Amino acid sequence: MIAGTYAIPGILVFVTSAVLILVGAIGVITLKNPVHSALSLIMTLFGVAVAFIAQEADFLAAVQIIVYAGAIVVLFLFVIMFLGVDRRDHVSVEPLVGQRAFAAVGVVVTVAGLITLMARSHWVTGAMSVSTGGTRLAGADGNVRQLGTAVFTTYLYAFEATAALLIIAVVGAVLLARRERANQEDDQTSQEVSS
Amino acid sequence: MNVPAAWYLVLAAVLFGIGAFGVLTRRSALIMFMCIELMLNAVNLTFVTFSRTLSDISGQAIVFFVMVVAAAEVTVGLGIVVAVFRRRSSTSVDELSELKG
Repeated sequence: MIAGTYAIPGILVFVTSAVLILVGAIGVITLKNPVHSALSLIMTLFGVAVAFIAQEADFLAAVQIIVYAGAIVVLFLFVIMFLGVDRRDHVSVEPLVGQRAFAAVGVVVTVAGLITLMARSHWVTGAMSVSTGGTRLAGADGNVRQLGTAVFTTYLYAFEATAALLIIAVVGAVLLARRERANQEDDQTSQEVSS
Repeated sequence: MNVPAAWYLVLAAVLFGIGAFGVLTRRSALIMFMCIELMLNAVNLTFVTFSRTLSDISGQAIVFFVMVVAAAEVTVGLGIVVAVFRRRSSTSVDELSELKG
């Protein structure tokens, strides 16, 4: 019945992305080795990219692969290797009694609330949005152009703010990574002098 | 042509729940950051789904900014993890309890 209502390719794409997303996400929270978790995270991000393409967000799908899978996960892996914490995490130990059960109950309540909210509210009104002046989403051909126009006109100040944010993040990361080493070197030299 | 938006919204809600469960139960700061990424991606998926449903590019523009903020957050967060690891030789958040009253 479902297959009669919606086209088979759409369902196949949805099932593919759902399997990728859910298997990867469960892998992230259950696998003991952080490296395996990071690789599962790549799987989830790839599934989200598939869902983006299925929903006419081509540019964001490309950015998802390049920025998330290409840069952020590599950063994670780099830090894991750098710290040498790729030994097994103690997932079987439960530090707080009943923490898992409380977390599971809270998560189930949250997800059930979200789904109830979606089922009971009327968010598909059919009305066109105001911000784009009633133009339809451009689809695969003009997605980049349309997104670029929105980012550089409607959201120009937010775009400039992200530039400042990235500079601050880079300076902060360099500062966090460098200052500690300088202190250690100072300590070592002072110890050498005192000894 | 495409499947209903509700399917993607439910998928995003479940993904958000899995990420939240990971943040609440895992002890390693690195895994917690990955779970935060899962939650951010769930929200991004919701934004893109509503962008398609309402035929509004603003949802995609906001996802763009969320990605930038996520990149900045991971950069600074992992810098903090490295700094803490140098001092404590551990990334377990349970051992960071100096500020406990």
